[in-house]
Amino acid sequence: MESKTVTKDKRKRADAVQQLLAFGALILLFVFFSFASEYFFTFSNVVGILIATAVNGLLALGATFVIISGGIDLSVGTVMTLCSVMSAVTIKNWGLPIPVGVIVGILTGGFAGFVNGIMISKLKLPPFIATLGMLNVARGLSLVITDLSPIYFPLETGFSQIAMGSVLGMIIPGFDIPNGVLIMFGSAVIAGLILTKTVIGRYCFAIGSNEEAARLSGVNIVFWKTAIYTLSGLFVGIAGVIIASRLNSAQPALGQGYELDAIAAAVIGGISMSGGEGTMVGTIIGAFIISTLTNGLRIMSVPQEWQIVVTGLIIISAVYIDIIRRHSKK
Amino acid sequence: MDDTLLVMEGIDKSFPGVDALKKCCFDLKRGEVHALVGENGAGKSTLMKIIAGIYSKDNGALRYKGEDVVVQNPYAAQQMGISMVHQELNLMPHLTAAQNIFIGREPRRGLFLDENALNEKAQVIFDMMRLKVNPSTKITDMTVAKQQMVEIAKALSFNADVLVFDEPSAALTDVEIAELFRIIRQLKAEGVGIIYITHRLEELKEISDRITVLRDGLYVDTVVTKKTTIDQIIKMMVGRVIYESKPEIPDNPSEEVVLEVKNLSRGTEIKDVSFNLKKGEILGFAGLVGAGRTEVARAIFGADDFDSGEVIVNGKTVHIKRPSDAVAYDIGYLSEDRKRYGLCLGLDVTTNIAMTIFEKMTGLFGWVKDGNIYKIAKKIVDQLSIKTPSMEQKAKNLSGGNQQKLVVGKWLAKDADILIFDEPTRGIDVGAKQEIYSLLNELVKKGKSIIMISSELPEVLRMSHRVIVMCEGRITGELGYKDATQESIMQLATQRNGGNLSN
Repeated sequence: MESKTVTKDKRKRADAVQQLLAFGALILLFVFFSFASEYFFTFSNVVGILIATAVNGLLALGATFVIISGGIDLSVGTVMTLCSVMSAVTIKNWGLPIPVGVIVGILTGGFAGFVNGIMISKLKLPPFIATLGMLNVARGLSLVITDLSPIYFPLETGFSQIAMGSVLGMIIPGFDIPNGVLIMFGSAVIAGLILTKTVIGRYCFAIGSNEEAARLSGVNIVFWKTAIYTLSGLFVGIAGVIIASRLNSAQPALGQGYELDAIAAAVIGGISMSGGEGTMVGTIIGAFIISTLTNGLRIMSVPQEWQIVVTGLIIISAVYIDIIRRHSKK
Repeated sequence: MDDTLLVMEGIDKSFPGVDALKKCCFDLKRGEVHALVGENGAGKSTLMKIIAGIYSKDNGALRYKGEDVVVQNPYAAQQMGISMVHQELNLMPHLTAAQNIFIGREPRRGLFLDENALNEKAQVIFDMMRLKVNPSTKITDMTVAKQQMVEIAKALSFNADVLVFDEPSAALTDVEIAELFRIIRQLKAEGVGIIYITHRLEELKEISDRITVLRDGLYVDTVVTKKTTIDQIIKMMVGRVIYESKPEIPDNPSEEVVLEVKNLSRGTEIKDVSFNLKKGEILGFAGLVGAGRTEVARAIFGADDFDSGEVIVNGKTVHIKRPSDAVAYDIGYLSEDRKRYGLCLGLDVTTNIAMTIFEKMTGLFGWVKDGNIYKIAKKIVDQLSIKTPSMEQKAKNLSGGNQQKLVVGKWLAKDADILIFDEPTRGIDVGAKQEIYSLLNELVKKGKSIIMISSELPEVLRMSHRVIVMCEGRITGELGYKDATQESIMQLATQRNGGNLSN
């Protein structure tokens, strides 16, 4: 028992170093922008960063399961949009209560993930191709269902309160952190527990590390891969509800490009694209680094086109630093 | 002596945390086969990689053809006439034999590649080796043995004076090894100096002139093969005496049949295979590589499909569609290629052992009971004496023997009743082999039933209660342990025209 605690501590420490590095980068960004602009480190701006991270963070959580299992999901952005469209249709067109709309939105994500999973595990399509197909299917369906125009939630329904209301602000006056942020953090904790403490999480690592070895150990790959993509889809569904609530509408043209930000967040957070390695904490820090960067550059009045260039450079250097770090460890 | 090609003296090499070589020496003459033996981790490969320019030495001298040299990189080594045939084949499967041999040195005509000249050049080498291979055949369409020959042809294409073979026979069958030895003898007659690394000690007598033994990075001794016995070599390798125990086969296992296979067929790979496995029995599967033994095992286990046939477990016909079904019937399969099919190399010892039992060890919402799993895994690590600094060590950092034990441990954790071992001792050292053998015997004593596929005849003879011999996809015979000899097995294994199994 004694040796157990010693070795466990050692492993935790190695993980902690990795996360500390990303976290340190985030702090550095905060310090830099705080000095660069007096408007950066204000309550309203930090809340802005938090809420901006919520959607990408949720998508990145889903993407993390898939990437650790050795796959890739390009459809998270447009599936998210389809989820918000389905939510809106349920509430606005069918007149059903908000909770039903929320559940329909989330399940839409789960279903899209399930279909991705079946295509990849059962029909053996490469994940890149299967989810590229799903990207287009979901995007097209959103446009078809909405007839090309946004669906707005009636203001009196209070749908926007889901993400933009503040339960915290009601408890602690003045501390108006939007619910969307809490939902993201809550989801991150749940995702982290699923990844590290449950069978599906363990199999993400096993399949990502060596799928054939896992299969020959009696792991039912078709079932578990489908489950992993479905699970990922549920987080995409939550993101769909949050973005619909934030915009108080379902915007059918939105969504494309989000998948790349989600993948970028995971990669910056130290998730290996070849599978088998990664943590949810890393992913969330990665998502924060992206939105902090975007926010800070905007406040410094860097033109938007240059913000995109900088984000690209950050992704490249983050991965390069990670490679050096792994190399020196050997 | 002017026929000395290569002399190494006082070679040191250390990696972070390990002294891989300490004051090692080695020399090679023209026209000799100098074998290099030692347990896994003894430093054989490291020493050879220094010769081939893959590693640089920390200390010591390397004299080649009478001059002190520093081998900067593998390319420089090849230019100097030192070539290495690697243990893992380094061929590009989608290119042809000729394209692989001359990769980076393709003959050109102006801006374009000259495919004809390329094939001709390769053919010259194959002719010299008296090898029947079409230079324009893709690697992926060749057997492992042929691929190995292409690898040798590639090494020869540099006009090598020194040729290093790193365990060339590990993946070959006895017939193919004979072919390899023929080529080695021919090269030797032409004055090439050959360094031969092997784990198969019985090969030493046949092929080597001198033998150098390393142990734990230290030079032990160099001996002349003719004046030495295998037992002496083993003693030098392990630093202790290992008694090659005689087969301790109990008279008869139980008559209870736990697994029966009837008329299993798939295309040309598996032809009408029928056999049964009794409780507490080790059933040996002998044959040449490509005889279809692995294919049969994988089909039974559900790793591959089959066209027709029936699998009966404990008297009941079962439909195994995928490995998870087989595992549910308590069947386990240990692949011949543990790195590719057996282990998640990037994951830790505990996770690898527990791979078969996660789904059983869960509570609500699939919550994994890590405490219990740790206890089980720890018990297995102790039971198999797997050498690992901690339970959190990644599988890739263990030695070959310990990796193999890890794969075995996985199935011990599952407590499978029927175990299919595919080449259980491939590429592991003498000491670890002994441990695997005693483990197999222990398992059958506990009532487990084992199918053991092996290309090493002494191993088959030593371990099996019965031996089934396959050739070209069909069973050519079954021998009881009393009738099984190297000769009787080889005869059946080469019975090409498919003798009926009702002999």
